Amino acid sequence: MTPPPDSTGFITRRHWLQSASLASLTALLQSPSRTPAADADVLSEQAARVAVVQKCAPSVVAIFGPGGGGGGSGVLITPDGLALTNFHVTSGAGDFMKCGLNNGELYDAVIVGIDPTGDVALIKLFGRDDFPVATLGNSDQLAVGDSCYAMGNPFLLATDFSPTVTYGIISGLHRYQGPAGTFLEYTDCIQVDASINPGNSGGPLFSATGELVGINGRGSFEKRGRVNSGAGYAISINQIKHFLDHLKGGLIVDHATLGAAVATRDDGSVVVTNILDSSEAFRRGLRVDDEIASFAGRPIRSVNQFKNILGIYPKGWKLPLVFRREGRKQEIYVRLRGLHRQSEMTLQPPERPAEEPRPGDKDQEKGRKPGAPKPARPANRAKPKPPEQYAKFLVEKPGFANFHFNQVEQDRALRGLAAWGDFRTPTGPWKLTAHAVAADVPAVFTLGDELCGLVLADGQQAFAQETNAEAKQADEPPATGGLLLALHQMRWLLAKGPQAFSEFHYAGSEPLDGNGPLVDVLAAERFTARTRFLFDRQSGAWIGFDTERDEDVDPCEVRFEGLTEFNGRKFPKLFIVRHADREYGRFELRAANWGDA
Amino acid sequence: MSVSRGVVIALCGLGLALSPGAGHAFAQNAPEEVAPATNEGPVQSRHQRVIEQVSRRVVKIFGAGRLKNLYAYSSGFLVSPQGHIVTIWSHVLDEQEVTVVLHDGRRFAGRIVGAEPQLDLAVLKIDAEDLPFFDLEEAVSPPVGARVLSFSNMFKVATGDEPVSVLHGVISSRTRLMARRGVFDSAYNGPVLVVDAITNNPGSGGGVLTTRDGMLAGMVGKELRNAQSNTWMNYAIPISELKTAIGDIIAGTFTPRSNPLEAPLASPRFLPIDFGLVLVPDVIQRTPAFIDAVLPNSRASDALLKSNDLVLFVNDQLIQSVRMLREELARLEPGDTLKLVVRRDNLLIPVEIPVPETARKARKRANDPDTHSEEE
Repeated sequence: MTPPPDSTGFITRRHWLQSASLASLTALLQSPSRTPAADADVLSEQAARVAVVQKCAPSVVAIFGPGGGGGGSGVLITPDGLALTNFHVTSGAGDFMKCGLNNGELYDAVIVGIDPTGDVALIKLFGRDDFPVATLGNSDQLAVGDSCYAMGNPFLLATDFSPTVTYGIISGLHRYQGPAGTFLEYTDCIQVDASINPGNSGGPLFSATGELVGINGRGSFEKRGRVNSGAGYAISINQIKHFLDHLKGGLIVDHATLGAAVATRDDGSVVVTNILDSSEAFRRGLRVDDEIASFAGRPIRSVNQFKNILGIYPKGWKLPLVFRREGRKQEIYVRLRGLHRQSEMTLQPPERPAEEPRPGDKDQEKGRKPGAPKPARPANRAKPKPPEQYAKFLVEKPGFANFHFNQVEQDRALRGLAAWGDFRTPTGPWKLTAHAVAADVPAVFTLGDELCGLVLADGQQAFAQETNAEAKQADEPPATGGLLLALHQMRWLLAKGPQAFSEFHYAGSEPLDGNGPLVDVLAAERFTARTRFLFDRQSGAWIGFDTERDEDVDPCEVRFEGLTEFNGRKFPKLFIVRHADREYGRFELRAANWGDA
Repeated sequence: MSVSRGVVIALCGLGLALSPGAGHAFAQNAPEEVAPATNEGPVQSRHQRVIEQVSRRVVKIFGAGRLKNLYAYSSGFLVSPQGHIVTIWSHVLDEQEVTVVLHDGRRFAGRIVGAEPQLDLAVLKIDAEDLPFFDLEEAVSPPVGARVLSFSNMFKVATGDEPVSVLHGVISSRTRLMARRGVFDSAYNGPVLVVDAITNNPGSGGGVLTTRDGMLAGMVGKELRNAQSNTWMNYAIPISELKTAIGDIIAGTFTPRSNPLEAPLASPRFLPIDFGLVLVPDVIQRTPAFIDAVLPNSRASDALLKSNDLVLFVNDQLIQSVRMLREELARLEPGDTLKLVVRRDNLLIPVEIPVPETARKARKRANDPDTHSEEE
């Protein structure tokens, strides 16, 4: 920019005056002239900023469409190339992308998983197993006023892929930015005054110490021609952590609803105004007019706060909810329902990516250097051919972003079965001789391909469940939620394998029963029964499963303890059976016959 | 905005040159803050405390209309423990009563105690006690180059008990505000603190500008845009300019220099008559914007507007009163297109009228004597 002549003159005169006074000062002091030293604190703060930028910049990704067009940013989080970005960046770029790093190299990348509601996508870069990565921080520890850095490729300025850095403070926390035309929703998000501009989308927000605390994706652009207006929004990394395993599993992730509507009353309390009687919250006892005191461990003082908390959890997670009725508090655990129907999730939103540079956008045109990449095109064009050597990393399947990565995660989770031994070769029914602990009676389970039975107390009580397409899936024994059906599904996995289910996929991770350790979930379907097999995320051990006979009924929950050898194969010594928040009973295994020929 | 771009650049340069010095002075005031950047613990926690304490003194103000996506919201700050609130004079205050939301989410009806449009100033009162407040006697006057924070409910991001937004920046210059054109016609033409952060957004007006240690320095001003450069002006009015008037309003001894509803025009700007429109007399709090008459051979008659048409929208802005219509017309720039939607019987009729080159010429065309002699 060339300053107008008058200001040039102004500066020159000022400089002249400065040098004149400096000269006279020098003469006066009779000492050699030197430039005045900057404040040591200023210099050390500056050095610290430079260090943070140098540490973080290698992990920042410039994302382009397959043809080199595009307009997004991302950040690497694993050395094998997984990177986070915005859904509205990948939905514009297509399944295969080109990604530039600040070493000047361009890498191929493929879509892994997407969260259309939360505006998050996970992609995988190819070509290295030592990608520089960002350190994931804890966004709950941020405070308003903390310094932060936004990095990315605004206005596509970086033709050499080195990110643009903007510096600011955290302006607000736990902000709620509702859906704008689509089902994009920014809940519990971070507001910053660091400049967020078109092209920053999907790029990282780093804390003062250079930890990844958010993914930049939105701004309040009213009246300012789609450029920074002092209010940018980032999706918190803590929200993304809840969804990360889902995304790694190639899923189209859904967010959650409680199945109840809430409103703020005049006295500031938040109360239930409507509730679906098919929801788990209803089955656990929540009713209209109950006051929500806390949810997921956070106190509730406004509807926005409730939406904020709900918005950061995936569908299917179980969370604690405390409600107050007539002064008495009660805590329940509620499994959250999906926010959208499956059919809604598979449809790609027709909208253009929210922050793609617009052709004809004046500022954009000016900001783009000649020869710089052109703005991205809409996604729904004819698909360009993927790079040949990476084509196998994309497996399309309805309901999934990329089923290839689901298979990878299934294989990882199923490793937990290896410790149990081989159950494939025997073909006959299993006979499990157990002891029902509370009733202090013998319990004999017979689990076959088409029929399962339980005989209690040497024949005083008997229960049976047929397991074929025509059979009614019953609650047998009563008040278990269908224990026989559940055990059948367990045997099916061990004896027949995942392929024997009509549907089988990796479904992400969740805290066990709402407050336990993180578990991997493998979701299986056979006839109308659905089972979620649970594996400890840390050790990989198979620790139990939940089987639902039908939609909107409480599942039969089975948890294992004490893997012990029975007749040549490992099997849990203790089965804990729960249903509808109550323990039905415990079975101690004494002997097992695996139906060997 | 008449501050030339060249001068602003020069002043910014000056501000940056001074900032290390200012930082040093700040460090002298608060020696415990001098800590290496690697050891941010105590600095951060004091910084957070400052932000928390200032946030408690800032309020969100909502107009009684509360229509979606209209900027019927603004910011304000408490200046007495009994609930006196200083805010910006704007159409949010069109109603006699507004809703004030405190930092803790408590909602109060706010009553206008007094206003001085020449200072862009209004004082509200809510019925509450023992509130945290800014002591105006302790307000400071930070130098150019000083680091500052701005607190406001910009973009209505906070609604209930959420804290308002905080931005950081540097005072770029102290200058006189000479914004005298169209929408950015400002009655206030006293000194302002220009900042390098984007502090002036929808809803920001009436927020506070403080030093980094939370000392009150100014009230965030209106949104001002230079139509020629399409740049926005970010500024605050120093508390020293407002203090006397605030004190007098609270004490009940204030005589406004101007009638709020008839604020003097600083420069020629478009009036209904420039388009050949005569509006019904503005007699009540919210007089519906009916067209009383259309002058022959005027732009309004060219556009086939008629007597008794009710103006509903101007450039997509819902028009609730004659006063608001006048305000919207005054915001127009030569070369703009005035888009109206009027209701005639049960029809909604969209109309587009080219805005004349200057307000004065238009008035000559309509044979209206030019009452505003000031040069542009």
